[in-house]
Amino acid sequence: MNIQTHEHDVIVIGAGGAGLRAAIEASAGGVSVGLVCKSLLGKAHTVMAEGGIAAALANVDERDNWKVHFADTMRGGQYVNNWRMAQIHAQEAPARVRELEAWGAVFDRTPDGRILQRNFGGHRYPRLAHVGDRTGLEMIRTLQDHGIHQGMAVYMECTIISLLKDGERVVGALGYYRENGRFVVFHAKAVVLATGGVGKAYKITSNSWEYTGDGHALAYHAGAELQDMEFVQFHPTGMVWPPSVRGILVTEGVRGEGGILVNSEGRRFMFDDIPENYRNQTAKDEEEGFRYCLGDKNANRPPELLTRDHVARCIRREVKEGRGSPHGGVFLDVSWMTKPGAFNNFKDPEFVRARIKDPVEHIKKKLPSMYHQFKELGGLDITKEPMEVGPTTHYIMGGIRVDAETQMSRVPGLFACGECACGINGANRLGGNSLSDLLVFGKRAGEFAAKYAKERSAGRINPQQVEQEMRSALAFLDSPLGQENPFQVQYDLQNVMQDLVGIVRTEGEMVKALERIEELKERAKRASAPGNREYNPGWHTCLDLRNLLTVSEAITRAAIERRESRGAQFREDYPEKKAEFGNRNTIISKGPNGEMQFRWEPIPEMPAELKRIIEEMK
Amino acid sequence: MGKVTFRIWRGDKSGGSFNDYQAEVSEGMVVLDAVHQIQATQAPDLACRWNCKAGKCGSCSAEVNGKPRLMCMTRMDTLPHDQPVLIQPMKAFPIIRDLVTDVSWNYRVNKKIPPFKPRPPDAPDGTWRMGQEEVDRIQEFRKCIECFLCQNVCHVLRDHRRFGQTDTDGNLTSGKGPSEAELFGGPRFMIRVASLEMHPLDTVNRLPLLQKELNIGLCNITKCCTEVCPEHIHITDNGIIPLKERVVDEFYDPLMWAARKVGEALGIRRRKSLPIVKP
Repeated sequence: MNIQTHEHDVIVIGAGGAGLRAAIEASAGGVSVGLVCKSLLGKAHTVMAEGGIAAALANVDERDNWKVHFADTMRGGQYVNNWRMAQIHAQEAPARVRELEAWGAVFDRTPDGRILQRNFGGHRYPRLAHVGDRTGLEMIRTLQDHGIHQGMAVYMECTIISLLKDGERVVGALGYYRENGRFVVFHAKAVVLATGGVGKAYKITSNSWEYTGDGHALAYHAGAELQDMEFVQFHPTGMVWPPSVRGILVTEGVRGEGGILVNSEGRRFMFDDIPENYRNQTAKDEEEGFRYCLGDKNANRPPELLTRDHVARCIRREVKEGRGSPHGGVFLDVSWMTKPGAFNNFKDPEFVRARIKDPVEHIKKKLPSMYHQFKELGGLDITKEPMEVGPTTHYIMGGIRVDAETQMSRVPGLFACGECACGINGANRLGGNSLSDLLVFGKRAGEFAAKYAKERSAGRINPQQVEQEMRSALAFLDSPLGQENPFQVQYDLQNVMQDLVGIVRTEGEMVKALERIEELKERAKRASAPGNREYNPGWHTCLDLRNLLTVSEAITRAAIERRESRGAQFREDYPEKKAEFGNRNTIISKGPNGEMQFRWEPIPEMPAELKRIIEEMK
Repeated sequence: MGKVTFRIWRGDKSGGSFNDYQAEVSEGMVVLDAVHQIQATQAPDLACRWNCKAGKCGSCSAEVNGKPRLMCMTRMDTLPHDQPVLIQPMKAFPIIRDLVTDVSWNYRVNKKIPPFKPRPPDAPDGTWRMGQEEVDRIQEFRKCIECFLCQNVCHVLRDHRRFGQTDTDGNLTSGKGPSEAELFGGPRFMIRVASLEMHPLDTVNRLPLLQKELNIGLCNITKCCTEVCPEHIHITDNGIIPLKERVVDEFYDPLMWAARKVGEALGIRRRKSLPIVKP
C-alpha cells in the first residue's frame, strides 16, 4: 500500500471547539494526538458562534447554579435529553469557561472585574459568558493558540472519507489533502469525531460549506447509531435580504439586548402566544421585558427570548398569514430604543435612562458584528432601521449516540463530541449551550479516548478496505458513468429538504422526500467532476454528497416516525405533543444489507434527585 | 442587474492566465457569490477557499480589481459592471491553485510565539479580576480573523520577500530567500504579540522575540496593513507602534536600561502593561 500513513494514539477529526478541546485533553493524557481539519486551523464553524457560552458561573445573578442550568436545558429540550449529559454539562461548564480564561481568553467584564454574563433564550438567569458578539472566534483562537503548544500534530485541509476498522473496532481513518488530492491514512487506537453539523443539506442555513454531516455519516457507516436525527434547529433569526446573504445568522444576542420582533402591522406578536410552561417566566409587558434585558433581577424575560423552536414557528405563522416583511420575514428592531421618547410610556423611564446613556453607542458596543454585518452586507444601519429576519437551519440536536460519561459510541474506539454527537439538547437546544457542550464533552471525549488508547495496542489496517475506498473516491473524477453536475445534485437535495422536511412537516411530504432522496442517490453515483485531483471543488462536492444524502435520509426517516410535535420537530399532521413519545429517542442504524434501520430506544428512568430539581424549578 | 464578466486567474505554481466568465449579478450579491455561480455552472474545478461567507472566518481573501479583500464582504454594487471584474489570488503567498494560496508560513510564525502565561489567580476560587477598560485594548486585537490580508500587503513581506518559502509539505525550503533570522513576522503576528504583551494577566516577556526573531524594526509604519484590515483593527497605531516603543525602551534606551538595573537591584517588579490609551 503506497500511501502516506501517520501513526497516532488518538486521531481527532474536526478542529472546531469540540475537536480542539478533545485534542488538548488527549495530549494532556500523554498520548500522541493528530488533529485533522477539513479547513485551515481556526476557520471551523465555531468562529461563527456569536452570543456566548452558557455556564452557571453566577457572576451576574447569584441565584444561578448548575441545578437551574440543568432544569433550563431539560425544559428547553422537552425532556427527551440524555439527562445524565445535561447534568454533567451543567455541572462542568463553569470550570471549562474559567479554564479558557486561564488560557488567555478575554471575556467581557462585570463592574467588579469578573466574567460578564448575558441573557439568552430559555436561560432563567444571565448565563452566557461572551465577548461582544464574537464569542466563538475568541473561543477557537484561545483553544488554537493553546493547543498548538501541547504537542499535537495538525493536518490542515484534509478531509476524512472513511473510518477504517479491524473487526468491530475502529483503528484509523482514510482522508485526502485538498491541496493535492493525495490520500492519507491515519492509523490510531482511538478516533474522536468532532465534525459539527449538517446544515448544508438545507437551502437556507447559517452553516458553512463544511457542514455536510461527515461525522454523522462516517459513524453510521462504521456501525454507530444515530439518535434523534429529526430534531433540526431552525434559528428564528437569519438574514432574509438581500438574497445572497439569506440564512446568515443574526444572533439571539440582539433580542437579549432588547431587540423586539414586529410584524408588518407593527404588532409585537410574540406577546400573543406564550407557552404554558414558560408563562411564569415571561414578562407581562414591554417595560418588564426590557428591564430584564437591562439586568433587573425582578423582571421576567421578554417573549422574544422564548426557546428557538417556538420563536421560529411564531415568525413562520406571521409570514404565512400575510403579516410578514417585504422579503418574507418579520422585523427585528433594536432601533426603537434610539427614537426620541422611546421610553416615555414606561412607568419608570429613569431606570432605563440610567443604564443606557446613548442608545446608538449602546447598540454598537453590545452588537458590533451585527452592526457591521448589516451595514456591509445589507446596506442597513441597525441603529436606525429594523432588520428583516426569518428562520434559518442552524443546528442539529440529533447525532451519534454516545455514552454520557465517556462519549464513546457503540463502536469500540470511536468517540464523538460537539454537534455531531447527540444527547444533551433533546428536542431543542438553548442558545449558548453548544459552546459549553463543545468544551465539556470535547474534554471528556479527549480524556477517555486517550485512556482507551493507552490500554490497547494498535489494531490492523485492512489494505483492501483502503484500496476500495480510494477507488470509489477516484471514480468521480471524469466519471464515465454519467455527467451529473455535483453542485446541481446538492442544490436539488437542498430544495427537497428545505421544502419537504423543513420547519413544518407532514407524513405525505416526507414520504415524497424519501423518494426524491432515492433518486438523488442514484444521480449522486453518476456525479462527475472534470479536472484533476488538485484542489478540485467539483470532486470534493461529489464526495460530500454521499454524507449529505445519508444524513438527509436519516433526518427524514426519524421525523416520519416521531408522529408528534415536540421542540424543533413540528408535525402539521400531529400538532400536539404526546406523552407516549416523551420517554423515548429515535435510533437510526445501518442494517445488515446496507439499508437504513429504525428503532425506538426508551429513555432510562431519571434519578429521584434530578426529578426533584426539575420539579423545584418549574 | 444583468451579466457581468469576471476575469479570474487560473493556474498553479507552474504558471497560469486569466480566464473570462460571465455571471448573472443580482441585488446584494457579493464577489464570492459570483465565484460560486461560476464554479457550479461553468468551472467545477475552479479552486477557491471559503468557509462562513459572513466575514467571520477570514478564508476567502483575494485581490479584487487589484485590491486585497474578503470576497464574501465585497458587494458587487461597489464595483463597476461595465468592465471585467478582476479576481486574483493574494500576491504575497505561493500559489497552490487558482485563487488558493499557501498560507502555511503564517502558522509556523504563530507557533514561535510563546503562549499566554497568567499570573497566579487573584481570588481563592482560581479566578482573576480585570476591568473592562483594561481589556478593551486587547479585545481590539483579538477581533483578528486571520485573513492574512495584512500579511499580503505588508511591503516588507511582499516586496522584500521577508518570509520563508515552503515546499508542498509546508517545510521551509533552504537556499531561497532570506535566512530564518532575517524573517519579518508581519502585521498579523505583531498584533498577536500585542494582544499577549498588553494582556493584563500575562507574565511572559516577548520583547526579545519581537526584536530578534520577528524583526519588528523592519516595519516602517506605512500602515498598508491597517488600511486593508476587514475588522478595522488599528494594527499600526495601537499595536505595532506601542510594541516598537517597548522594544526601544528595552534594548536601546540607556536611561531605561539604568533604571531597570536599579530596579532589579532593589527587587522592584517590572510593570508589564502600559497605561490604557483610548483609541
